Amino acid sequence: MLACRVFARAAQAVPTLLGVAVLVFVLLRVVPGDPVAMMIPPGASAEDVLRLHALYGLDRSIAAQFVLWAGQAMRGDFGISISLRQDVSGLIASRLPATLELVLLAAAIAIALGTALAVFGTRHAGGGGEAAVDAVSGVALAVPDFIWGLGFIVLFGVVWPVLPISGRADPTHTLGLTSHFYLIEALLRLRLGVARDVLAHMLMPAVALALPLAAMIARVLKSSLAEQMGQDYALLARVKGFSRSRVIVREALRNAAIPTVSLTGVQVTFLVGGTVLIERIFSYPGIGNLAIEAVINRDLPLIQGLILTFAVLFILINLALDLSYAALDPRLRHG
Amino acid sequence: MQVSRRGLIAGGLTLATAGGIVPVRRARAAMGTATIAYNVGLPSWDPTTGPSAVNPTIQAIYQSVFDQFIGQNPDLSFTPGLLEKWGWNAAGTGIWMDVRKGVVWHDGSPLTPDDIVWSLTRAGDPKAGNPIQFVWGNLSNFKVDGQRVTADAKQFDPVLFKWMAFLTGFVLPRAYYEKVGAAGFEAKPIGSGPYMVDAFERNAFLRLKANPQYWGGKPAIETVVFKFVTDASARVAEIESGSSDVTLEIPYEEYDRLRKKKGLKGITTPVSDIGMIFITNVAPMLDANVRHAMVMAVDKKLLVDKLLRGYGVPIDTLEAPQYEAFDPNIKTPHDPKKAAELLKASGFSKDKPVRFTIQTTRGFKPKDYEMIQAIVGMWRRVGIEADIEVYEIAKHFELRAAHKLAPAAFYNWGDAIGDPTTSTGFAMFSPSPHSAWKTPDVDAMIGPLWGERDEAKRIAGWKAVDRYIADNALVLPLLQYVQPIIHKDSLNVVPHVSGALQPQRFSPA
Repeated sequence: MLACRVFARAAQAVPTLLGVAVLVFVLLRVVPGDPVAMMIPPGASAEDVLRLHALYGLDRSIAAQFVLWAGQAMRGDFGISISLRQDVSGLIASRLPATLELVLLAAAIAIALGTALAVFGTRHAGGGGEAAVDAVSGVALAVPDFIWGLGFIVLFGVVWPVLPISGRADPTHTLGLTSHFYLIEALLRLRLGVARDVLAHMLMPAVALALPLAAMIARVLKSSLAEQMGQDYALLARVKGFSRSRVIVREALRNAAIPTVSLTGVQVTFLVGGTVLIERIFSYPGIGNLAIEAVINRDLPLIQGLILTFAVLFILINLALDLSYAALDPRLRHG
Repeated sequence: MQVSRRGLIAGGLTLATAGGIVPVRRARAAMGTATIAYNVGLPSWDPTTGPSAVNPTIQAIYQSVFDQFIGQNPDLSFTPGLLEKWGWNAAGTGIWMDVRKGVVWHDGSPLTPDDIVWSLTRAGDPKAGNPIQFVWGNLSNFKVDGQRVTADAKQFDPVLFKWMAFLTGFVLPRAYYEKVGAAGFEAKPIGSGPYMVDAFERNAFLRLKANPQYWGGKPAIETVVFKFVTDASARVAEIESGSSDVTLEIPYEEYDRLRKKKGLKGITTPVSDIGMIFITNVAPMLDANVRHAMVMAVDKKLLVDKLLRGYGVPIDTLEAPQYEAFDPNIKTPHDPKKAAELLKASGFSKDKPVRFTIQTTRGFKPKDYEMIQAIVGMWRRVGIEADIEVYEIAKHFELRAAHKLAPAAFYNWGDAIGDPTTSTGFAMFSPSPHSAWKTPDVDAMIGPLWGERDEAKRIAGWKAVDRYIADNALVLPLLQYVQPIIHKDSLNVVPHVSGALQPQRFSPA
């Protein structure tokens, strides 16, 4: 049943990816902009400019370029980056883990913080606690993630310098890791010093990314919890003498989670998009930062590769979301 | 093994606490490590191919790892590099170069004249992707005799040897490159320069170790870390928090604030980068009165003083004072009254202004958009109404190459070798894809100078071109930029007029 569901969703993803690929490829070539314009050195002649176009295959028709690119992409080859002169697949593969770790940590922080706020607000419903949760989540929601990032840099990087401001790890040390999943590998190999260093570098960007999502989770979950606390089973548990906190956590939370999971899944896809600015501000070497460089340099092969990567990520997140619904709600598991 | 929930939470909190609340490592220049919060990342390790080869901002990194054929002092004067002596033969049909003895690559193998020949041959090969191929392709038929290399030249080029200290003028190790290939070289580059690559994470950092066998002597700082911090406010935070020892290219307001802080020092240097407004030879710029009025209406000193806090040098030609063909006698004075009179002669006034578009970047250079706004205000007072159009720098390159810039377009022009061919020449000569004013009168003056063998005559010729351009208001030069550098007072930093922040010139204070 699960395998069929996964297979069906994967099959649906193929035309989506193809559509994205065609749209991006054509749009990038139709909008004004010459990728080699920034490479033209002083003194270059018109022939030199034509030579540069030919070097990167830009002298062919859009259709010919697409056929060539699509053929290579089917084999996992997204071509060579114009600005970095390296294999696009390799570049993305080396940078994607940094973004994935950042997004996962941000999502974990957002879920933990949002849930804690929602539970606390529900526990103190109608009182000062709920008002405080509403105020905190209101501020967290109103301020964009990059403003949080800049604020954290000033606060924890300059005024009270306890966290590193930029990068992914201390550049004066050799990490000695074999994969690009620094945090995960360091934790698995119990290299806690490295894990601590990597985590310290991730903390500010992850919290900046997480705060707006945490606020949203807190609001939706608190509302769902309030509804669940009015249900018969919750009232019965209270009558039986269980504490309000216990009923919230043990009884109501699971039932209230479904709409929150749905919302979180959608928001996590936005979280991936949010890494573009956050990675820039914290000089964090993920695909968001790479995307900005690619756009500035009009690096068509790299932009195409990155957009397809983002598309695949969105599809995978949505698939995971579908599967998590089934795990939470038995009615969906059994059709 | 059973893990209790309480134990798991406690463990997680311990890790999170330890990870978060620990004092940040302070950069320690005095201990032999200098950390630079650098404003751009390093896209590629090959300094002779691709867009990064012509990106002036990253030349400092290349110059740390690789040697150029010819070196350059901080004042832009030339000095022996891997070539100890060089010159043209008497007939001007070929060149000779004496290669330095005793130089070794970072892997310990000797640098030979064959490496020089291979580097020049590769640079001149159209298939290799060197953007300056049009310069290197002039040479052929290389011969080696001991340490001397000779080559034939298709034509005499008075600037050829200056290019050897400029973009793509780097020597790469033939044997190593051929052994590991382009990808292998990207993964583990070696050069003969003062620093060796120790670790590199693209878009994050580069760690260099001093080369103990460097022919120019081992650098004073053992370890140099370039942190790629592209956001200016993050660079300010890096230096202010003590996480980095040096940073550059920060807003002048921040520079003024930081240089007064205890433990920090500031250096400002006029660099080989000028702000200018291209004038395109289309209406209404074909009217000389309009062009002259445009130039006369702009108070450059006011722009520098008020917008750039005094960090800039007003200029009247495309030659900065450090350039060879700079002529202090060429002046285009600020005279708004005269500007209004000239416009009146052409039928324009404040009530009936001449109208055109001016293009500019926004945030690409310090206060670029604000400067154009101020200039448009100055123009308005004499009878010029200009609409501002903001574009990305890539768009500027594209429009300029297609000769489709607006009648006026702001740009910055770098010329790290300070030669007039690479400033006035490429900016004003019609066949160049970088010129905006394309007329035969200017071409007739510039044309003979490309191959002029008498250096004094050549420089005098360029000065005459600059005077002609100023007299006819064919371009509007604005200012020479000033590079701000902030560093810890425990470190000595020597600025370079090219703008390249070279760690090999650092030393403990």
